[in-house]
Amino acid sequence: MSKLSRDDVLKLAALSKLRLSDEEVEKLRGELLEILNYVEVLDQVDVEGLQPTYQVTGLQNVTRADEPRDYGYQPEDLLKNAPAVQDNQLKVKRVL
Amino acid sequence: MDWPPIADIADKVRSGELKAVELVRGSLAAIEENKNHDAIISTLEVRALERAEQIDKAPAGRLAGVPFIAKDNFLTLGGKTTAASNILRPFEAPYQATAIEKLEAEGAICVAKANLDAFAHGSSTENSDWFVTKHPTDESRVPGGSSGGSATAAALRLAPFALGTDTGGSIRLPASFCGVVGYKPTYGLVSRSGVIAMASSTDVIGPLTRSVGDAALVLDVMSGKDELDSTTIDRDEKPYIEADQEIAGRKIGVIKEYLAQGLQPGVEKIVRESIDKLKSAGAAVEEVSLPSLPLALAVYYIVCPAEVSSNLSRYDGQRYGFSSPDAKNLEESYELSREQGFGAEAKRRIMIGTHVLSSGYYDAYYKKAQTVRTKIINEFSDAFKKYDFLAGPVAPMTAFKIGEKSGDPLQMYLTDIMTVAANMSGNPAISVPAGEAEGLPVGFQIIGPMRGDRQLLGLARKFEAIAV
Repeated sequence: MSKLSRDDVLKLAALSKLRLSDEEVEKLRGELLEILNYVEVLDQVDVEGLQPTYQVTGLQNVTRADEPRDYGYQPEDLLKNAPAVQDNQLKVKRVL
Repeated sequence: MDWPPIADIADKVRSGELKAVELVRGSLAAIEENKNHDAIISTLEVRALERAEQIDKAPAGRLAGVPFIAKDNFLTLGGKTTAASNILRPFEAPYQATAIEKLEAEGAICVAKANLDAFAHGSSTENSDWFVTKHPTDESRVPGGSSGGSATAAALRLAPFALGTDTGGSIRLPASFCGVVGYKPTYGLVSRSGVIAMASSTDVIGPLTRSVGDAALVLDVMSGKDELDSTTIDRDEKPYIEADQEIAGRKIGVIKEYLAQGLQPGVEKIVRESIDKLKSAGAAVEEVSLPSLPLALAVYYIVCPAEVSSNLSRYDGQRYGFSSPDAKNLEESYELSREQGFGAEAKRRIMIGTHVLSSGYYDAYYKKAQTVRTKIINEFSDAFKKYDFLAGPVAPMTAFKIGEKSGDPLQMYLTDIMTVAANMSGNPAISVPAGEAEGLPVGFQIIGPMRGDRQLLGLARKFEAIAV
């Protein structure tokens, strides 16, 4: 059986950049445990001699010429969804 | 609105017998009339009518004037693209998905955006941050998911076809529940550029249609290499719509593990009848064991959240989408924007993904899952040495009641148990309407060999003709 403490959940939330409510922490702890217990079935599987598969079509190192291309976008088109913009740049809150 | 086959609509628009503007109006009217099903998040009325007027001036293309509905995780111009999530509620795409561009280049017109489980996380559309889509014939039930809005739209004939995405079964499951054709192509056959990423190593794009022929035509237009998606593969040189595959003489393996999964009796009956029909048509059908296939769901619920946690890290409240007004500094802005912008299922997947990828757990979870994935792929490859196709149910059940599974994430995940293996392996698979159980549609799943989309569509077309 997997184990997951309240502190573990809080640590995961911090890594995930999620500020969970106390209620969410407890609920997620139970739900995550149920899912982690379910996937434990894989522990019993014999995979001797097998390599992991990360992609299925066998393509390798697909490259293209490193040349600029004009798609016709203006900076304003690509910044129109930004919450805050200044001088055509994303504006963020202070870091410290 | 009763739409003729897509190729016929385009023929008539090109000949001037039908007007694109009237088709778009017809589709918009059907959407309005069926509002109670909540299949649609938004319409693209202004842009669609403008495009229709242009097309009517000089109608051309294989899909001339054909309206369609895209799942709201495809970037489209002329309105918002939200992925049915709160965090993308204000988002207006600056460019379109390659699939949409290719369809438009052949004269198709996107009229509306369909509901989904937010970010395509789910099997019922109950995880939509907007509203729950109601099943096309029974409003107390779910349409399946995550492409539930698209399946409902196709079933209610809101447009001649709809687009969906299938990461663990999200096209085939709602297609089965709603009684339409749902096609999941070979991984890489359709560009994912401009489609909001869920699990990039299994995400595919496909059509939900009234017939296999319609699905083949849409695939003909959408498929092929795209320099904006380096995982795309070459398409078949011959058109999918001309694919033809006699049932007689084909060897079809029915996946034994799927028949042993506790199917609803009505579903089992339809599946057995479908097998008998294939036999009567001359196919050599027998049961085949692929013992690792039931493990695919556990593999999926490690690999998918891992990729989700990575893909959703871009929603940080800084570049686009919802940004919390309550934050005082950058760190708070990240945490509060994500906390307030993501729904419960997205949070669950981000947390699981972060856990299985974290130092100390990576080998035990992520690497192990990807190694079991190899085992599943090997079993598929071995089976396709002996059989032309594999077949079985799409899901153990018909459309379930709204609320029946939404309180238990694991029960919801289990609805994908028979679709998810083809996502882990990349094989093409289709759900074809095969009958009804207690008044609810049941799909039959056929799986083809890797890159065998043409054979699969050819056989599905023949099966469709004898299925109901």
